[in-house]
Amino acid sequence: MSDRDSASINRNRAVDLALKVYIVLGYAFVFAPIAASFVFSLNSDRFPSIPLGNFSLEWYQAVASDPLVWSGLRNTLLVGITVGVIATALGFGAAYTDYRYRFFGKQVYLALALIPPTIPVVILGLAMLAYLSRISLSGNALSVIIAHVVICAPFAMAIIRLRLSQMDPDLEAAAWNLGASEWAAMRHVIVPFTKPAIFGALFITMAVSFDEFAIAWFVSGLNETLPVKVLGFLQGQVSPRINAIGTFVFVTSMTLVILAQILLTGRGAQIRPAADE
Amino acid sequence: MKNDTLVSFEGVVKRFGDFVAVKRMDFEIGKGEFLALMGSSGCGKTTTLRMLAGLEAPSEGMIRLSGKPINDLPTWSRDTPMVWQSLALFPFLNVVENVEFALKMRGVGKAERRRRAEQWLDRMQISEFAGRNISQLSGGQRQRVALARSLVVEPEILLLDEPLSALDAALKVRMQSVLKNLQRETGITFVYVTHSQSEAFSMADRVVIMSRGQIEQIGTPQEIYRTPRTRFVADFLGSSNIFTGKVTASDDGGVVLDTASGPLRLKSDERHVVTPGQTATLTVLDTRTNLAVTKPDGPVNAIPVRMIGEEFIGATATIYLETGTGQEIRVQKSHEELAGIPLEIGQELFAWWAHTDGHLVTED
Repeated sequence: MSDRDSASINRNRAVDLALKVYIVLGYAFVFAPIAASFVFSLNSDRFPSIPLGNFSLEWYQAVASDPLVWSGLRNTLLVGITVGVIATALGFGAAYTDYRYRFFGKQVYLALALIPPTIPVVILGLAMLAYLSRISLSGNALSVIIAHVVICAPFAMAIIRLRLSQMDPDLEAAAWNLGASEWAAMRHVIVPFTKPAIFGALFITMAVSFDEFAIAWFVSGLNETLPVKVLGFLQGQVSPRINAIGTFVFVTSMTLVILAQILLTGRGAQIRPAADE
Repeated sequence: MKNDTLVSFEGVVKRFGDFVAVKRMDFEIGKGEFLALMGSSGCGKTTTLRMLAGLEAPSEGMIRLSGKPINDLPTWSRDTPMVWQSLALFPFLNVVENVEFALKMRGVGKAERRRRAEQWLDRMQISEFAGRNISQLSGGQRQRVALARSLVVEPEILLLDEPLSALDAALKVRMQSVLKNLQRETGITFVYVTHSQSEAFSMADRVVIMSRGQIEQIGTPQEIYRTPRTRFVADFLGSSNIFTGKVTASDDGGVVLDTASGPLRLKSDERHVVTPGQTATLTVLDTRTNLAVTKPDGPVNAIPVRMIGEEFIGATATIYLETGTGQEIRVQKSHEELAGIPLEIGQELFAWWAHTDGHLVTED
């Protein structure tokens, strides 16, 4: 492999190898707990211990037969999809505003737009609870949606903003010049160009909402999302069912993130079939 | 070139905050004309083009298209398509979809716009690439797509903003003839912004030379080359020797300038009336400047010079010389014309030109 690499002549094999080992160890450190959780979710033993017992899907069956888990999943999906759509729309608007206009206080505008994820979630959750309960919006799925949109929209904005920054600055003006009104240029140029980022943002914000626990715990009331439900399990009893749910949540989030990654790294963006309305 | 006017700029000024990009433009563009706006970067040529395209609004003055004021007309209702320096092709559309774009925006039906787009692809000789992505095309092919995309609406006027700057030299020359032929065949008015003298002079019917937001000179390439009107134009074209001095005589017999290289005589010019005592600038083309071993007689100016270098480009040679005061001047001649002149570095010679070959220019 290093033969084909034009820079190989300037590289030291020992350093190369050490760096590769370092990467493998790094990933092993990150993924070991998740892998362990996955392994024990398929183990028949009541407690996680080595040596492993028999292969078994009983914990998945137990989870699948629990109506509370299903309601949690339903809430999570409802919240996640709604949040993804709203946050992406808001993020797109904010990113386009930044791309298109120059105005007084733009730096402040950008800072404010990007701040929510930097606020500690416990504080944000508490603030959301206090505020939403005052306007009678706490304790239901809508309150989780509102709270999650607040933390997700900045991610969507950052992703779409990055894509817009890669756009030839003349492209939109070229569309106007060819007879497209501002709305037509938005529809036929800006949106198609940013489409990979829009879907990327959609998947990432869904994944963020899907995994988010602290704020949901504060504001969800009886409409608990899956992560909140997991904590409920943990507080009651240590059950391998948690491993099963954990594996499911992990696989779902990773799928969304990987989809987003594929779209954003341009493979989906570059090669497309010719005829497309 | 026909006489009727398609575009007129009337006292057009463009300011960006405190910066004045275009100081005051008054000029007209004829129907079917190939007009080049030339100048170095920051001279206001692109701003002028963008005002015509409707991408910038004039701060003052009026722009008319076919007699109608268009100051307040948004660019999408103007029919002034532009070919961009970056080309600005849509990367998410294929070639034929790019060309169809303007027709689609005008609500032309699917079959009709495909037919017209294909006609233009054919005309630009890129039919075989219709289904390709833009990223799969070469520079020259992209250029043709950009032209087809702008011309598909068959506009009265086409604006071009340094469209050839990204191409290599050989392709540039080929595209120049493509553009020139296209303009001649379609009769569409071309307004072409460039900083390149060779592009402007080889294609344009008339050239507008701009500097610091102002027009320095408008004329045919011939006129501008032969008689640059201002010191800036002479310097910019770089094909003249320039001398500055005090006017000692100015009458029907001509003008005499007292320069560092001695008194120089030239014919008077009603466009540049000078009076004794004032400072004036004389230019003479390097191709009209001659060399001699002995001081020539007759109605000529001759100054003693010393040769400092030479450069051969094909059939012509450029000889670099230095006057007694250290000013560099150039002589451009064919090899035949230089026969018999000893060309050695350090050689003492006389540079001379006929009185009638000198011109006064405005100093700015």
